[in-house]
Amino acid sequence: MEHYLLRHRDVANIHKLDVYRANGGFDALKKAVTSMQPQQIIDEVKTSGLRGRGGAGFPTGVKWSFLPNNSWPHYVVCNADESEPGTFKDREIMEKNPFQFLEGVALACYAVGANEGYIYLRGEFFGIRNFLDECIAEMEAAGLLGDKLFGTNYSLRLKTHLGAGAYICGEETALLESIEGKRGQPRVRPPFPAVVGLYGKPTVINNVETLANLPLIVDKGAVWYRTMGTEKSPGVKVFSLSGNVVRPGNYELPLGTTFRELIFTHGGGIPDGRKVKGIMPAGASSSIIRVDDTTFDTVMDTPMDYENVQNVGSLLGSASVIIIDDSHDMDWVINKTVHFFKHESCGKCTPCRDGNYWMYHIVDRIHEGHGSQKDLALLMSVANQVNGKCLCALGDFSTMAVTSALERFPEDFNKKVKA
Amino acid sequence: MSLTEKYNEEVKAILAKYPNKRSAVMPLLYLAQREGGFVTKESMAEIGAMLGMETTEVAAIVGFYSLYHDEQAGKYRMQVCADLPCALRGADKFLETLCSNLGVKVGETTSDGMITVESVMCLAGCDRAPMFQVQDGDVVTYHENMTIDKTMELVEALRAAGKEVK
Amino acid sequence: MAKSITLTIDKTKVTVSEGTLVVDAAKKAGIDIPVFCYHPKMEPVGMCRQCLVEIGRPMVDRATGQPILEADGTPKVQFMPKLETACTNTVSEGMVVLTETERAKQGQKEILELLLTNHPLDCPICDKGGECPLQNLTLAHGPEQSRFLFEDKQRQEKNVALGDMIFIDRERCIQCARCIRFQDKIAGDAVLGFYQRGRSTDVVTFSDPGFDSVFSGNTTDICPVGALTSVDFRFGARPWEMKNAPSICNQCPVGCNVTYNVRREAKAGGSYVIKRARPRQNEQVNEIWMCDKGRFASHHYTESPARLKQDPASMAASIQQAAALITANKGDMVILAGENLTNEELFNLRGFAHSAKGQIYAYGKMGGGDLTAAYGLTAGSNLGDLGKGDTIVVAASDLYHEAPIWYLRIKAAAQRGANLVVLNGRHTKLDEYASFVVRYAYGDEPQVVRGLVTKDKIGAAINDAKNLVVFYGSDGLGLDGTTNLANACASLVRNRAGKPNNGLVGVWQSANTQGAWELGIKPAADLAKAVAGKVVYIIAADPVGDDPSLAQALSHAKAVIAQDVVSTATTAIATVVLPAQAHTEREGTFTSAERRVQRLYQAIPAPSGTKSDLALTAEVANACGVELEGKAAILVMKKLVASEKAFAKITYEDLAKVGDQWPDVGSADLYFGGTSYKNTQGLGSHLAYVTGFVNLAEPKPTQRVAENTLVAIPVTKLFDQGTMVLPAANLRGRIDQPTVSVGKAVATKYALVGGEEVKIKLNGTENSAKVAIDDSLAADVVLVPRSYGFAISQPCAVELLVKQPDRLGGN
Ligand SMILES: Cc1cc2nc3c(=O)[nH]c(=O)nc-3n(C[C@H](O)[C@H](O)[C@H](O)COP(=O)(O)O)c2cc1C
Ligand code: SF4
Ligand code: FES
Repeated sequence: MEHYLLRHRDVANIHKLDVYRANGGFDALKKAVTSMQPQQIIDEVKTSGLRGRGGAGFPTGVKWSFLPNNSWPHYVVCNADESEPGTFKDREIMEKNPFQFLEGVALACYAVGANEGYIYLRGEFFGIRNFLDECIAEMEAAGLLGDKLFGTNYSLRLKTHLGAGAYICGEETALLESIEGKRGQPRVRPPFPAVVGLYGKPTVINNVETLANLPLIVDKGAVWYRTMGTEKSPGVKVFSLSGNVVRPGNYELPLGTTFRELIFTHGGGIPDGRKVKGIMPAGASSSIIRVDDTTFDTVMDTPMDYENVQNVGSLLGSASVIIIDDSHDMDWVINKTVHFFKHESCGKCTPCRDGNYWMYHIVDRIHEGHGSQKDLALLMSVANQVNGKCLCALGDFSTMAVTSALERFPEDFNKKVKA
Repeated sequence: MSLTEKYNEEVKAILAKYPNKRSAVMPLLYLAQREGGFVTKESMAEIGAMLGMETTEVAAIVGFYSLYHDEQAGKYRMQVCADLPCALRGADKFLETLCSNLGVKVGETTSDGMITVESVMCLAGCDRAPMFQVQDGDVVTYHENMTIDKTMELVEALRAAGKEVK
Repeated sequence: MAKSITLTIDKTKVTVSEGTLVVDAAKKAGIDIPVFCYHPKMEPVGMCRQCLVEIGRPMVDRATGQPILEADGTPKVQFMPKLETACTNTVSEGMVVLTETERAKQGQKEILELLLTNHPLDCPICDKGGECPLQNLTLAHGPEQSRFLFEDKQRQEKNVALGDMIFIDRERCIQCARCIRFQDKIAGDAVLGFYQRGRSTDVVTFSDPGFDSVFSGNTTDICPVGALTSVDFRFGARPWEMKNAPSICNQCPVGCNVTYNVRREAKAGGSYVIKRARPRQNEQVNEIWMCDKGRFASHHYTESPARLKQDPASMAASIQQAAALITANKGDMVILAGENLTNEELFNLRGFAHSAKGQIYAYGKMGGGDLTAAYGLTAGSNLGDLGKGDTIVVAASDLYHEAPIWYLRIKAAAQRGANLVVLNGRHTKLDEYASFVVRYAYGDEPQVVRGLVTKDKIGAAINDAKNLVVFYGSDGLGLDGTTNLANACASLVRNRAGKPNNGLVGVWQSANTQGAWELGIKPAADLAKAVAGKVVYIIAADPVGDDPSLAQALSHAKAVIAQDVVSTATTAIATVVLPAQAHTEREGTFTSAERRVQRLYQAIPAPSGTKSDLALTAEVANACGVELEGKAAILVMKKLVASEKAFAKITYEDLAKVGDQWPDVGSADLYFGGTSYKNTQGLGSHLAYVTGFVNLAEPKPTQRVAENTLVAIPVTKLFDQGTMVLPAANLRGRIDQPTVSVGKAVATKYALVGGEEVKIKLNGTENSAKVAIDDSLAADVVLVPRSYGFAISQPCAVELLVKQPDRLGGN
């Protein structure tokens, strides 16, 4: 199949500006800026049905239309924080197909009337930041950024901003705080960033992959875009496949591709003759899907899109599919996830801060073989206590693996604890 | 020496980048960390003065983000991902072996002061586990699809490079 | 006017203005939703999640915009699947809030349990025990048994000094950030912050010195647990053992309402001791705040070992001796009245002086009070009302040091949109919030102020202001200078005289300077001349200790009678000494510089061997054959009211009245406002505007110190070495060694580095001091702090004697 987002897999050296342009790069931006009204682009993106690839799957065009027209300037912020365990797709797009991504950022800026766009990268993406800075400089030199683009009055500048190691900065309001030079802690909503965002101004925040789709949509049109994927989840998606598979990696596939195709056709199945035991389709924030002899086919035939994954008790999220084989026990798995969330809880709100600390101690106790049946009940109770009460979604995320593991894999826990 | 004395051009460029002074705090902290690998209280105060922030406000940033450090460690921080996806591919074992080869525990620094081994959360390199990053002041470099042998070669290379700097 | 919104909270219909938070709406309806991070004086942050409730909103048909109705015709209300925080949601029409349901209560309980996981159970030894919101909530709703294992508790440091006044117990902190937000948003000193994140989050300070803010004590009030405690009160007493005594702080002209907590102590021989001072709510004066000087210094001088006491016989003898001196020198008595005396005491002293054909002067160092009496603030004025469209001018004052609570309130007004014009010869902290900063050369103050109206933008800000309040102070000015400046400042406001929220305010150095001026008691233009050859009756003032030149002047007096609370340099040279009582032991009223008269109640019984100033003066006067009311302040006030127009409507009853105040603090829940006190003893009343017109003098050119010399500029520091501050042992760390500031040019010329010690010579005296470099200073000035033993009352020539002159390069 042809790659649209991971185009470097088909076209050599597409990370070079001249190669990208020789392959139609920046035609979409030129077309937009010289011949389309911003509203037309918003409409086109709405029609395409593009949904945010950062995890929540919110329709991108709809999000853009929330920006009020009586408060300026507007900002576009790209979320390149990519910190969800198991997610490594944005990184490949930026490293290997940077100009398509940057063209996407530029299109979003034009669509919402922003003259400035920020790309927020996790601190570990130090190398990518340097690379993108070079790409941006090349674009400026080539007149693709700066004043009077393509002879119009539209001017645009893009800037990178490097985080410094904090998962929470992927949460959009924490990300804005971080750019503003504060601790990356989520803001109270409302107001939403679309109304009060970066520096208090209306702001659109989109994921790298979301933005990388834009040149395609503007260039080839919403109708074409909708030929891929499903009715409600149109388009292509980069699935990050990791864990116990033969060929982990990124796979660009239409939304609605089945787990079976991803795991077995592309991923090469499970190594060492093992069996799939659990799938976490949205990284560490997932409810763990139980796979056993009775559920195997149902799960494997489930299309991976924003609706169907729910039918097997989880969410698609950022489509970072972690495969857990039957050599692992779930108490170990959630020990890892809770450890992650305890480490990454920003500490702003009580349930997340204290709940993760508490859960960590219980899980650790269970995992180390010192737990009791009562601890299992307590763990469940604390997870439910945290869920739904936090300031941002991180707190909820932290409970997903815990409650699903306890519910769906009781045998793993029962054998660990004293009666 | 103060940051402005040491990195005048870079400081100016950073300050010019943002519409709001305070936004410059993170890039300036990286600069402050470039040489010694951690941010001194003097640098925090200097950055605060530059940006109209209290030293405490600058410190609050240092304390929040895991890539800023307020204490000296080894010249290179070898940060091994032992998070779930990597762990499913043997990261725990890798980390353990690495530690025993270097004669340190996680969080400790080799006796020559060159390498500190740390266990960190997901680095977005899950398909290439075992993997780690090396933090050297404000520079971060990824090392993926690693084996213990390749890692020990890297360690020797780092030690040689580090001695040269010293 | 904001729109009214009607909503239902637990079956109660509540009508509040648009924009009100659900939690406040509930409070107004008498329903307490528990909160920890929310504080009514600060923006909500929704972090603790304690205030979870069910919130439902009427459903609207998207297509038609019409409300969707239930079968019975009532609007259909949609509840969110999750509980919501009452502190971050604003009310909307038809909203239904449920705080008492199983689900809401369960949610609140669950948060409480989470908060308690790492909180120690040390209430019995915690200073907050007995007045702790967390303790209260836990008793009411908390889990009986901890499901959290004790061995999992995070061990943290328990006694960490954040600064010299405030300690933190890290285990008790619940990370609500109230202290941090107070310091950042309200105090403007962002010297507290969180370090680390997640469960490791800690409150820290990196300032030097630690917790470098004059508002630090307020954080102990609003901390909803016992994490923050003050050195002054730590382990001092249990809240329930103490009585609350209302009072007025006597440290500056703001007149903060305070409550002194008192109890009897064995250590004090069974007598009452003041254990701590806390703010008492007066939304028109200090809201619910006070500064550290008021909190930590305003009461310790009363327990000073230097306290003056006399047994009855010697006191009677002293009184007779004083009277004999005065009678023997009929017509030659000069009264020097401290500006910390009450209105009643000043009135009596004035009466005594008149009847005895003597003179009375205020012991003050600033002029212009006749103008603040004529054009000052009147009823209905409240700095808290100023905002967009209004203008505040601050001339020659460093309010952060001179009147910290005004600093707070003016900063807040500026943040609400008021124009703020700050004029000074140097940088002051208020500059940061100013719309206009004007720098002048010291000596040019009056001309610069007069010139303001001709400046484009500043002129417009002043002329077009809806309301205009002008503050003037004594930064760099003596009596003459301030008089000149007051004249210039009065010219800005006099056509607004009598209008609420408009007027002239003097940033006096004492608590009742305004009261003295209202009674026509003024400082002497030439004190030395005034006292020469006279019998000088000095009450509540220490001229000898303050200024070597005054000591010299008094040596020419015929005799000195000194009446004070503690022994001073002046009592030491006096022929007769009379032992008086502290402001916490007397009754009476103070007039704040905003012209608000407020009642001082007796907080503790006075020690034996002392008498009130009223009684002492009356007894001396009576012995001289002058009838004075000396029994009760209220009786003096009755006479005062009859004699002074501005006071005509003042009654003790009115002064004791309290209207509704928002936020509602000090009720049993303690969430709102922390442990600041509810005001049940009176908000005070403004003096009336007395029509009349005072001629404004043309600004006289201020007497310049000779050209080409260094000029010493007197400035006021909050923490100085005054007699009332020094006895507060805990504050010693904040009272730095005397520091003089110089600009870059002076530093270069004398090869000075910050922190080094120099000798400075002025008015014939020599002192040593530390040097600080202040880039905002002009090339010819040295800032010299008042009340640090320097002989300075107005700008004067100064010499810097550098220790190693050879550094100067041989010239
Ligand atoms: C705790 C947390 C972490 C998140 N991390 C990321 C991230 O690393 N990258 C990302 O694009 N979105 C992340 N999100 C989602 C963003 O908040 C936001 O929804 C997204 O950037 C919107 O972009 P989209 O509409 O293009 O998906 C995270 C959300 C939460 C609550
Ligand atoms: S010290 Fe008190 S006020 Fe400050 S964050 Fe902790 S609990 Fe809140
Ligand atoms: S979240 Fe509402 S009071 Fe803390």
